Amino acid sequence: MTEVRNDLVAKRYAAERRFRFYGATALALTALFLAILLTDTVIKGIPAFHETSVELDVKVDPAEVDPNNPVGGNYDKMIKEAFRAEFPAVEGRTNQRALTALLSSGGADALRGMVVADPSIIGKTVTVPVLLSADADMFLKGMLTSQTVAPGTAALHIARLDGEEGFVLTGDKTGEEAEKELGLAPRDVVRFKGGALRVTGVENGYLKAVPVLATDPAVTTVGPGQWDIVSFSVPESNRRINDNQALWLDELKQEGRIENSFSWRFFEAGDSREPELAGIRGALVGSLLTVLVAIALALPLGIAAAIYLEEFAPKNKWTDVIEVNINNLAAVPSIIFGLLGLAVFLNFFGLPRSAPLVGGLVLALLVLPTIIIASRAALKAVPPSITEAALGVGASKQQAVFQHVLPLALPGIMTGTILGLARAFGETAPLLMIGMVAFIADIPSGFTSAATVLPVQVFLWSDLPELAFRSKTAAAIIVLLVVLFALNAAAIYLRKRFERRW
Amino acid sequence: MFLWTVLLIVLMAAIAYWAGRARAAGLAATGGARLHSLPSYHGLFAAAGAMIGGLALAIAGALIVGAQSAFMPVAAVIGGAIGAAPLYSMSSPDFRARNSFERIVLVVLICCSAVAILTTIGIVFSVLFESVIFFRSVSPIEFLFGTHWSPTGTPPSFGLIPLLAGTLLITAIAIVVAGPLGLLSAIYMAEYATPRLRGALKPILEILAGIPTVVLGFFAALTVAPLIRGSGEAMGLSVASESALAAGLVMGMMIVPLISSLSDDIINAVPQSLRDGSYAMGATKSETIKKVVLPAALPGIVSAFMLAISRAVGETMIVVMAAGLAANLTANPLAAVTTITVQIATLLVGDQEFDSPKTLSAFALGFVLFFFTLILNYIALRIVQKYREQYD
Repeated sequence: MTEVRNDLVAKRYAAERRFRFYGATALALTALFLAILLTDTVIKGIPAFHETSVELDVKVDPAEVDPNNPVGGNYDKMIKEAFRAEFPAVEGRTNQRALTALLSSGGADALRGMVVADPSIIGKTVTVPVLLSADADMFLKGMLTSQTVAPGTAALHIARLDGEEGFVLTGDKTGEEAEKELGLAPRDVVRFKGGALRVTGVENGYLKAVPVLATDPAVTTVGPGQWDIVSFSVPESNRRINDNQALWLDELKQEGRIENSFSWRFFEAGDSREPELAGIRGALVGSLLTVLVAIALALPLGIAAAIYLEEFAPKNKWTDVIEVNINNLAAVPSIIFGLLGLAVFLNFFGLPRSAPLVGGLVLALLVLPTIIIASRAALKAVPPSITEAALGVGASKQQAVFQHVLPLALPGIMTGTILGLARAFGETAPLLMIGMVAFIADIPSGFTSAATVLPVQVFLWSDLPELAFRSKTAAAIIVLLVVLFALNAAAIYLRKRFERRW
Repeated sequence: MFLWTVLLIVLMAAIAYWAGRARAAGLAATGGARLHSLPSYHGLFAAAGAMIGGLALAIAGALIVGAQSAFMPVAAVIGGAIGAAPLYSMSSPDFRARNSFERIVLVVLICCSAVAILTTIGIVFSVLFESVIFFRSVSPIEFLFGTHWSPTGTPPSFGLIPLLAGTLLITAIAIVVAGPLGLLSAIYMAEYATPRLRGALKPILEILAGIPTVVLGFFAALTVAPLIRGSGEAMGLSVASESALAAGLVMGMMIVPLISSLSDDIINAVPQSLRDGSYAMGATKSETIKKVVLPAALPGIVSAFMLAISRAVGETMIVVMAAGLAANLTANPLAAVTTITVQIATLLVGDQEFDSPKTLSAFALGFVLFFFTLILNYIALRIVQKYREQYD
C-alpha cells in the first residue's frame, strides 16, 4: 500500500490558498486604486463648489452711474471705496492695494446686477455680497495655510525702537526668556487692540518684532488675555496671502461678514482667467452640442450598418472586409481620429475650427464601431423563430426585420448606444487636434461657434499654475464623472428593465 | 439655410408619401383591382424619390454655389419634386412598390455599413498624404532611425527612436502592472468568486473602465507623480517630476479592466468538462487553473495582452498630462520620457502650419502609430482565429 504523504498534500493546499489570495489581492488593489482616485478627486474638488464673499454696504454713487445706461457704471470703484472704508486704519498705496486685492475683479457683478434690475437704488446705500479673490477664498477655506490662534497668557510690554521701524517685546523678562515666557516663536504674529506685530527673533538680547498692521505707538502694555498669538503653518513668502491680508480677513470673519455660499457661478459662468470667476457652463453646453451631433450621426448609421451586416449581408469577401474593418476601427487610438478630423474635415472640407459640429463628426466616427458591435449583438440575441414566424405569415424579409426583430433588439441597441455616448462624452484627445482646446469665455451659441467640451476644460485647467484652478479642475471632474455615472446607470437600468431571455 | 434645407426635404418627402399613398389607395378603391403592394409602400417609394432628388440637388447646389447660399432650400424643393414625380407616376395596381422600396432601403443600408470602410480609407489617406509631404523634406531613414528628436530646434531633427523608446518604456510599465493584476482578477472572478461576490466586484472594474483618461491623467500628474517623487527622494533617488513610472502606473490601472474583462470571457469559455476531468484526477483548483484552464485559454489571453499593448501605445491624455516633453533615450523609469502620442498632441495643439515639417511630422508619427496598433490588433485577431481550440 502506498504511503500517504500528508506533508505533500498540506503543501498543495497551501499553494491553493496562496493562489486564491493572489487573486483576491489583485482585485483588492484595483478597488483600492479606484477608491483613492475617487476620494482624492472629491476631497480636492469639493471646496470649488463653494465661493466666499463679503457683505459690504455700498453707496451707489450717482456720479459714477448713468441711470440711462446702468450697465456701464464704474461699480468697481464704488466697491473698492466701500471696502477701504471698512478699514480706515489702512494707509499707503501698497497697503491699500493689498487690501483691495482681496476682492475679485468680478466682485462688482452682483452690484451691477442689482442696479440694472432696479435703477431706483442709485444714490442709496445697499448691502451687497462682493466676491472675494481666489486667494482670499482659498485662505478662508484653509487651503493656503493652517492658522492657529492662542490667547497670550502673560503681560506683554511693547517698546518702539527709536529711528527704526521695529519694536521690542518684553514680558517680565527680556530676550530669549521673554520668547519662552510669552510663548512666541519667530514668524508668529502678535495681535492686540491697536495693532499687530510679527516676531522676527532675538537680536542683541532683545525680542524684536515688525509691524504687520498699522500699530498705535501709544500702546505700551497689554495685559494677559488681551492679546493673541496668531501663527501660520506656511511662511509668508510661500503663500499668496500676506500676514496683513490674513489678519484683515480674520477680522471680517469674526465680524460675521464673510459668507460661504454654494457657487452657482461654477455652473452658470463660462471659462475665465480668474479662478473665482471660472465656470463650466461653456464646456457643458459645448459637450452637449458635440455629443448631440455625434449621436445624431452615429446612431442611425450604426443601427443601419448593424442591420445590414447581421440580417442581409451575404457571406462573401466584401462583408468580411467590412467586418474586419469595424473590429480594427474599434481598436484604433482615438488620437488618430483627431488626425482624420484635422486633415479631412478642417483642411479638406474647410469646416470651422473648434466647432461642436466637427467635434461631433469626429466622435461619431469614433463611437460608430462600438454602436455597430453592440447593435449586432442585440440583433443576434433575438431568436430566429421570430423572423421565421413573420416570414411564415407572408412578411418580406425587410418587414420581418424592421417590424419584429428591430423592436425586440432596441433595448439592447439603446444600452450599447448609451455606453457609446458615455465614451464620446469623456473623450479628449481627438478634440485637441481639431482646435477645441482654445480659451473660450463665451457660452457657445450654435453648432459652428467656437466651443470646448468638459474633458478638454479639465485638461486646460489642469495645466494652469494657479492653485485655485486645481480644485476647479477636480470639481469639473466630479461633474464629468457624475454625468458618466448617470449615463451608465441609465444603461444598466435599461438592460435590467427590458432584458429578455428567450 | 442648412436647417431650412433639411426641413424642406423632409416636408417634400412627407408630401410625396401622402400623395403616393392616396393615389394607390384611390387606384384600389376606384379600379377595384387588388394592389400588389400596400398603399403605404407606394407612398414610401415616392417619398424616397423626393428625398434622394432633394438631397442630390441640394448637395450639388452647395458644391457649386456654396453651402450658405439661399439656393440650397430652393434646390431641395426642386430636386424633391423632380425625384418624386416619376416614382409617383409609376403607381399602378400591378406595380411592385414594396420590392422597389426595399431595394432602395437595402442600398441605403449598404452605404451605411460602407462608412466604416470610408473611415479607414480616410484615416489612411489623411496620415499618408501629409506624411508623404513630410518625407519630401526629411528622409524616411533619418526619421525611422534617428536618435534625436527636437522638431522646434535649429536645425530641427526628427528621429523616431527616442519617442519609440519612451512609448515602449511606459507601455512596458503599464503591462507589468496591468498584466498580473488583470489576469489574477479575471481568474478570481471566473473561478473562485461566488455569483454574489462577482456581482459586487464586477462594477468596480466597470467603473474603472468608464473613467475618462483625462481624469486619470490629472490623478497621475497631481497625485501619483508627486508621491513617487517624494518617496523616491526619501530613498535617495533622483526622480523626474514627470517620471515615466507615474504615467506607466496609472496607465496600467487603466488597462486592468480591459485585460480582466477579456480574460474573464475567455476563461469562462473553457468547457467545464476539462476542469471536471482535472478534478477527477485529484488536482486542486489552483492546479487545475494553472495546468488546464490557462493553457486552454492561452491564445485568448495573449490576444487580450496584445489589445492591451495597443491600447497603451495609443493612449494620449495620461501621458500628455503626466509624462514629459523631453525626448530622452533612456530605460530609467524614474526619468522623464516622451511618447509618440504626446508629440502628436503637442505639435498639433496651437498654431498649425501645413507647410512646415514640424506640423507635418505629427502626421508621420500618426502614420507610425496607426500601423503599429493595426499590426498589433491584426496579430491579436489572428492568434485567436488560428490557435483557438475547438471544443464542441
